[in-house]
Amino acid sequence: MPDLVLRDVVVTAPGDDDVVILRPTTLTLTEHRVALVGANGSGKSTLARLLNGLVEPSAGTVTVDGLDTVRDGAAVRRRVGFVFTDPGAQLVMPTAAEDVALSLRRTVRDAAERRLRAVEVLDGYGLGHLADVSVQSLSGGQKQMLALAGVLAAGPDVVVADEPTTLLDRRNTRSIGDALLSMRQQLVLVTHDLDLAARCDRVLVVADGQVVHDGDPAEAVARYCAEVDAS
Amino acid sequence: MSAPVTLLGLYRPGTTVLHRTPVGAKLLALAVMGVVVVVLRGPVSGLVLLGVAVLLAALGRTGTRRTLRALRPILLVAVVLGGIQLWRFGPPVAVEVVADLLSLVLAATVVTATTAVDTMVDAIARACGPLRRLGVSPERVAFAMALTIRAIPQVLEVAAETRQAARARGLERDPRALLVPMVVRTVGRARATGDALAARGLGDD
Ligand SMILES: Nc1ncnc2c1ncn2[C@@H]1O[C@H](COP(=O)(O)OP(=O)(O)OP(=O)(O)O)[C@@H](O)[C@H]1O
Ligand SMILES: [Mg+2]
Repeated sequence: MPDLVLRDVVVTAPGDDDVVILRPTTLTLTEHRVALVGANGSGKSTLARLLNGLVEPSAGTVTVDGLDTVRDGAAVRRRVGFVFTDPGAQLVMPTAAEDVALSLRRTVRDAAERRLRAVEVLDGYGLGHLADVSVQSLSGGQKQMLALAGVLAAGPDVVVADEPTTLLDRRNTRSIGDALLSMRQQLVLVTHDLDLAARCDRVLVVADGQVVHDGDPAEAVARYCAEVDAS
Repeated sequence: MSAPVTLLGLYRPGTTVLHRTPVGAKLLALAVMGVVVVVLRGPVSGLVLLGVAVLLAALGRTGTRRTLRALRPILLVAVVLGGIQLWRFGPPVAVEVVADLLSLVLAATVVTATTAVDTMVDAIARACGPLRRLGVSPERVAFAMALTIRAIPQVLEVAAETRQAARARGLERDPRALLVPMVVRTVGRARATGDALAARGLGDD
């Protein structure tokens, strides 16, 4: 698995250095599946976005297999895919096939070939029959599956997902969760779904801008629950 | 909420002559039509052009129902515009103005209905090739255009959401309750889309 390394990273609010969003953090993530859990506003998204350069550290460095997210931003983004909570923001083309084809533009030059490959990718996610359907008419679960297919079509080694199942019903949460957890790519998953977190290999509990617990999933989830109940 | 059908969500894969016509030729023909519409005066030429546009729509099999739904907002504008012209300048001018408007919009619809965005992006990128010498990435220009096109249905969607939210709070008559959230949401969406594109590594090269 790739090495995701945060070295003495601090993130402050843009325009106001006194507001600290992420306190000094040093971490190395090498597990196949890592979950980030914690309360609203604790800093999970900030931590996740650091991993592909969407947020830049105010101090310290973030590297992906030695590539610096600031200096080698383009290379990092090629290796680290990102799945957002709202697939509506992520899907930019009118139809499902075109959206996947967009991810393939860099690797497949020929348009006809790209279309064939896009439909193949969609087939792999059970979306083949929706290839030419308007993205806007898909259900929430289908949109999120399409977003994931689009991200994976670009060929990343790591997928960071920020609450990818928060807008979904139980059944779709299961299918997206299963798809994410069964990928060969390394996964960093921000989630409020503790069942999903417990299925990862490592769980980080984030509170108040820092990682307060880190380790074995069952134990971390239990600690998090105990803390919430105590407060 | 039903997603608005727009000109741009209209692309229909197919194998008609128009689908196989190179996109450059289609765009050129559209431009020529635009000039002809302006140069030829009078209701007769307007109606002839409208006839041509209808024929093209049939040729590209854009689908009567879909096309009419896509054109609905423009039809509304055409009715209002036609009414005003009728009242001010009489029937010939009203017919000309309405026919000109509809034939151009319909022709543009035929182009989008028979051209995948992907193909359009490729064509624009090729056309912008010379810009490379000025240090501008043609891929980027093409991509920005595709995104602008794509943004239109999204903005309509945000407008509908905002109207409903305002209505839910009994504020539908207050322009501030409509305008401010709409701008905020549109900008928010644009930022989220920008993040998503950056995350997909698009626009880096
Ligand atoms: N641009 C910004 N300017 C100021 N404060 C910010 C900015 N971005 C985030 N914050 C603050 O940083 C804190 C952490 O935000 P973050 O989005 O990382 O939390 P989160 O754990 O993902 O929360 P949630 O579960 O609600 O998504 C929050 O208190 C937030 O208000
Ligand atoms: Mg968050």
